[in-house]
Amino acid sequence: MSTKRLLEIDNLTTTFHIHVGQVQAVRGISLHVDQGEAVGIVGESGSGKSVSMLSLMRLLPDYARISADRILFEGQDLTHASVDQVRRLSGDRIGMVFQDPMTSLNPLMTIGRQMQETLRVHRKMSRADAARRVRELLGLVDIPDPDSRQKQYPHELSGGMRQRVMIGMAIASNPSLVIADEPTTALDVTIQAQILALLKGLMDKIGTSIILITHDLGVIAGMCSRVVVMYGGCIVEEGLSREIFYTPRHPYTWGLLRSVPRKEGDHAPLIPIQGTPPDLINPPPGCPFEPRCPHAMRICRTAMPGVTRLSDTHRLRCYLMDEGAPRVAWEGGRA
Amino acid sequence: MTAQPLIRADRVSMQFTVGSSITRARRRVLTAVDQVSLDIHRGETFGLVGESGCGKTTLGRLLVRLYRPTSGTILYDGQDITSLTPQQMMPLRRKMQMIFQDPYASLDPRMTVSTIIAEPLRRTDMDRARVDARVRELLTLVGLDENHARRYPHEFSGGQRQRIGIARALAAGPEFIVCDEPISALDVSIQAQVVNMLEELQQRLGFTYLFVSHDLSMVRHISHRVGVMYLGHMVEMAPVDELFTHMAHPYTQALMSAVPIADPDASAASQRIILQGDVPNPMAPPSGCPFRTRCPVVMPVCADQKPALLDIGGGHWVACHRVGT
Amino acid sequence: MQAQPDAAAYEFIPEAERKAAEQLSRPSLSYWQDAWRRLKKDKLAMLGLAFVALMGLMAIFGPLFSPYAYDYSDFSAISQGPSAKHWFGTDALGRDLFVRILYGARISLAIGLVSALVNMIIGVVYGGVAGFVGGRTDNIMMRIVDILIALPSLLYIVILMMFMGSNIRSILIALCISSWVGTARITRSQVVSLKQQEYVLSARLAGASNWEILIRHLLPNSMGPVIVSVTFLIPSAIFSEAFLSFLGIGIQKPMASWGSLANDAIETLRSAPYQMFFPVAAISLTMFSLNFIGDGLRDALDPRLRK
Repeated sequence: MSTKRLLEIDNLTTTFHIHVGQVQAVRGISLHVDQGEAVGIVGESGSGKSVSMLSLMRLLPDYARISADRILFEGQDLTHASVDQVRRLSGDRIGMVFQDPMTSLNPLMTIGRQMQETLRVHRKMSRADAARRVRELLGLVDIPDPDSRQKQYPHELSGGMRQRVMIGMAIASNPSLVIADEPTTALDVTIQAQILALLKGLMDKIGTSIILITHDLGVIAGMCSRVVVMYGGCIVEEGLSREIFYTPRHPYTWGLLRSVPRKEGDHAPLIPIQGTPPDLINPPPGCPFEPRCPHAMRICRTAMPGVTRLSDTHRLRCYLMDEGAPRVAWEGGRA
Repeated sequence: MTAQPLIRADRVSMQFTVGSSITRARRRVLTAVDQVSLDIHRGETFGLVGESGCGKTTLGRLLVRLYRPTSGTILYDGQDITSLTPQQMMPLRRKMQMIFQDPYASLDPRMTVSTIIAEPLRRTDMDRARVDARVRELLTLVGLDENHARRYPHEFSGGQRQRIGIARALAAGPEFIVCDEPISALDVSIQAQVVNMLEELQQRLGFTYLFVSHDLSMVRHISHRVGVMYLGHMVEMAPVDELFTHMAHPYTQALMSAVPIADPDASAASQRIILQGDVPNPMAPPSGCPFRTRCPVVMPVCADQKPALLDIGGGHWVACHRVGT
Repeated sequence: MQAQPDAAAYEFIPEAERKAAEQLSRPSLSYWQDAWRRLKKDKLAMLGLAFVALMGLMAIFGPLFSPYAYDYSDFSAISQGPSAKHWFGTDALGRDLFVRILYGARISLAIGLVSALVNMIIGVVYGGVAGFVGGRTDNIMMRIVDILIALPSLLYIVILMMFMGSNIRSILIALCISSWVGTARITRSQVVSLKQQEYVLSARLAGASNWEILIRHLLPNSMGPVIVSVTFLIPSAIFSEAFLSFLGIGIQKPMASWGSLANDAIETLRSAPYQMFFPVAAISLTMFSLNFIGDGLRDALDPRLRK
């Protein structure tokens, strides 16, 4: 297959220096996105899923230290690029959609005006061109009656409509990659279904790749061909959707899949993951999931497990993959 | 069922007035709950689902009389509690409790865990030593350490705080507990811990729950009967398996089909009904059926007449002109 | 080549050992302990606190150890500059300025503290009730506050002083009439936003009465911003008193406050400038200190800066 590699991140680390210590938000993650592909990053709060993408975009405050062995985007090396260079490039080629559109929209400007302004400043468009493009974008994100909607202020729109506007702004410059950070978490289910359908349709229409950050495995199952599972700042498992959902190998992935009701109409007790989410301040040296892992071994406390490759696409970090380790089977199987 | 229900709501409505109170200009009425009737039986979990603004939280608060309904009656164990004053409610307070959505907002940040848990016991004649013993017992019951009693809420994670909230709700020995979105603010792996605990407590102590949530899969898992609300109306109500296998209201069908399935193949095979548009403004609800503006199978009659909630057999109630006529 | 780990490394960790690791490790701090911890880090605020504490102690105990009484005139030592005998020198009537400034501190600090306290009580109760009851009551109560703010306070303070005479009591009453409105507004806005919190509903379910909810939950949780505003009330009250006394309608002779001392020094400003310097320095340093404390408290009590 001759898929083109769009984004490649090698060993990205992000640390926040605060008064109580170092918050190791991202601890050396490597991932890639191919052209036209939808990759899901799943994890809970504190897993580093959002911070990793914000690091890529250099959208973090000053006290964050970001380092990486290599970051390639569309063939360009961004590893040592300045913040301005990254922002200029990303503003053009990467679109971002956040959970709460209200915080990214200026409440004092009509949405039409905001969208035009962005186009005119970043893309140096003329007033007429920008106006035309905005109408086109609003149509693209299925906003009914775009001409009158344009004249409304953000607070006059529903949550779903605002998210459509954000998506419209994110795709304004035909980016090759859209990063959507929990785009539907604040929305109701029926509206979530609308937005997910819209994102899916846009991938076909304008051929963009998508990185979808979410805590909801269901959202990923319906959208993404590949899944990255993060825990405590690390990628613990990664693979095609089918590999992650049907033949997962990492105990954390098992836990995630088991803690939601499995079969329709199943009233048997759920199997939760014990314990509490990790404290990222000065974490212990071993596997981040060890304190909550039902199969924790002595070796898990010593150092981070290495990467085991199960197939071209399926990789994980777990000592259970070692030769000397006891065999523990995934009893979930295919639903 | 012949036994008397623990909770009976009969055509309960709740209206809020929005706007300035001095000038009386621009005052508008928001009907959060519109003529809702339901029974909840002892030992049962009644799941209440719907989207934001559908009135499910308001209904939950009405049933424990945090609000006084604008019209209709609420019976608790046969006793009319619709218009009891706070003083008259006092003896009943300990029997009905609530678990809240936001574990960060539902615990007073200035109080220690033991003060928080013991607050419902203040009106009882328990002495200090017995209160302390009860607090320790409750902490153990919800899986927390007894030594946590002197700590403050901000020292705990979301899941642990929710356990503290549960311990507090249990303190006075309630019969009926309204769980208002108790898991929606928690991480996925923690949600299951809390749901399991609620189920276990129900089995051991025989609680009756109203489980309010927008998470249909959890509601399906935990409930015996489920009600679906839309724009202040109860549109469908049935035993859980009946509802999820024979859903009759077009809104219920759309809601179910919109739930993401954590299984790529099943997700690809599922038929999604994607509703158009947004929920109407509750201050200017549509005429007739509240769902008609988004309904994929709307008929002319839907704009003229509000469909009544009718029993279509087996305790399955639906409010739709397309069903049962 | 990496050495192969031995079999023991792959043993499961026993349950008991894992439970032990799950304890909360950080020390437990209440809201006030935590605020104090952060206030301690603010050097300016601590310097201010030390100065005010010292000033307070000297005001209370200083005159006891002084050989001079505040109203004792030594006509042999009129308008003498600072010396070992009279640290801050003497005034035009030969009275020891150091003792008079300490006496002035008693009055100034007392007026600051008492008026701040009274303002806090009135403001918290008024604002708390308005915010908690809400609706029409709230509307009417807050419009009264608006009217009080709109009146120029100096005007009615002066009028009041003329009617009630110039003494500490009337200064206190005059200061207390108007300055609680700021505290009331802050308390009200706190209570209005806090009463939406779920823990208030939860308290209602626990059988708490309205009064208990206000006292046990709403007011303690609104204290942070209230205390900050009250800390800023102290210097403004001290300043108002000094200003009134400086104008000659405040504290009357032979009593001394910092303002009246500064007033006395006007006549001798050219010949004995130190008579002006010391009272003004006392006022300024106290102002600075209290404002530093206020700034420090504001940062220490800001919920957004917690953790």
